[in-house]
Amino acid sequence: MRYSAFSVFLNALRGNKGWKPAWRSPVPKNHYDVIIIGGGGHGLATAYYLAKEFGVTNVAVLEKGYIGSGNVGRNTTIIRSNYLLQGNNPFYELSMKLWEGLEQDFNFNAMVSQRGVLNLFHSDAQRDAYTRRGNAMRLHGVDADLLDRNAVRQMLPFLDFDNARFPIQGALMQKRGGTVRHDAVAWGYARGADMRGVDIIQNCEVTGIRRENGRVVGVETSQGFIGCGKLALAAAGNSTTVADMVDMKLPIESHVLQAFVSEGLKPFIDNVVTFGAGHFYVSQSDKGGLVFGGDIDGYNSYAQRGNLATVEHVAEAGVAMIPALSRVRVLRSWGGVMDMSMDGSPIIDRTHIDNLYLNAGWCYGGFKATPASGFCYAHLIARNEPHETGRAFRLDRFARGRMIDEKGVGSQPNLH
Amino acid sequence: MASLIACPHCGPRPKEEFTVRGDAGITRPAPDAGEDAWHAYVYLRDNPRGRHKEHWHHTSGCRRWLVVERDTMTHAVYTVTDASAPGETA
Repeated sequence: MRYSAFSVFLNALRGNKGWKPAWRSPVPKNHYDVIIIGGGGHGLATAYYLAKEFGVTNVAVLEKGYIGSGNVGRNTTIIRSNYLLQGNNPFYELSMKLWEGLEQDFNFNAMVSQRGVLNLFHSDAQRDAYTRRGNAMRLHGVDADLLDRNAVRQMLPFLDFDNARFPIQGALMQKRGGTVRHDAVAWGYARGADMRGVDIIQNCEVTGIRRENGRVVGVETSQGFIGCGKLALAAAGNSTTVADMVDMKLPIESHVLQAFVSEGLKPFIDNVVTFGAGHFYVSQSDKGGLVFGGDIDGYNSYAQRGNLATVEHVAEAGVAMIPALSRVRVLRSWGGVMDMSMDGSPIIDRTHIDNLYLNAGWCYGGFKATPASGFCYAHLIARNEPHETGRAFRLDRFARGRMIDEKGVGSQPNLH
Repeated sequence: MASLIACPHCGPRPKEEFTVRGDAGITRPAPDAGEDAWHAYVYLRDNPRGRHKEHWHHTSGCRRWLVVERDTMTHAVYTVTDASAPGETA
């Protein structure tokens, strides 16, 4: 069924009894042309674009939990393309362009809100760094505005501009950045893929990968063996666990990242704001809750929960940036497992096995990349060659000295 | 992560006193070990779900480097030894 104002009206008249589940719960077939391991945002987007753009519809997405239970439902919903480096910028800008047309494309309300993303700076050196970043963005055709202190004060009067240690000198703003309702992204892609014939199989954990003559022939799962022509990994924080099944060692560590939502407040933060001096960023959801987070806890973890020390640290940074937060009560906090790569950038590539593909290493930038990741990965799987904007995300870039280290901290995953 | 780490020198101390460095299971290869060995040392990680050894520094305590063996799924800490103890990699 196509969703429209008319369908809402018609169903209202019929007592809302005409709505059907947005995707089926199929029994797995014996064989698929493509199996995608991981029904998160990236796996579902890949299936969607495979079916829609590349005509590959005999596809299964295997999800060990339920759709939306992983990182696609655990992030802070921010989209932006304010990247500095050559390999990153065109890719994230492709993602931004796909976000801008996404709701019409997959006929689902994902509440894409281009409310603007501001990165605050606090020193001359930081201003220089952001000027350089903004110029790089503009050279790539991405919008960027450098705001001075007064311009920021007019937009965000509640910030602590005269903080003794980190006074706010201005901000780099990307007006087209913003937020998207993350669950709706998963649901929209799932529905769009399902409509085009993709089987989304939930509660189906892959326990092994069967190989014959150096090729993958299928996967062992909690619902039995399923054969496949091509196998695509999109397992995010659990990428290592899946790669271990084919003896592939990855340049990845799994870390926990926490995020928080406050009680509902009247509208007061209109944009996404990041604190340039501490580990803190915040936006306000349409329900009124402040959605905020900081950095990863710093130790390897698959636990989807973090430490109170990080909670305290995030709260301190938040109050340093916005003193009014001191009396806000936190409603919920949660953790997600990040596949932290060794240079802070992702991997979308073929592997040492002919018909096995890898999509991993998203660190904590995975959500904003969802559409472009799905598009480029689908391109790679369908055509066996990388999409032009995803060429830099090679698995062998570490061996070849072609790292894409946006932050410049080297191969120390807990610092990215 | 567990709230307490039992430092072999200072006894059980709050986790906040310690700083994590990372995987303690990798050993620095010989300078002439070749590109593959160095690539594996610098970039590839076992990243286990379960038992895992890490280097932690008791920054706000004895300032010794420690090897903490713990579970990445349950966050339980099994053993803590000094990094210079026999059998540990430095």
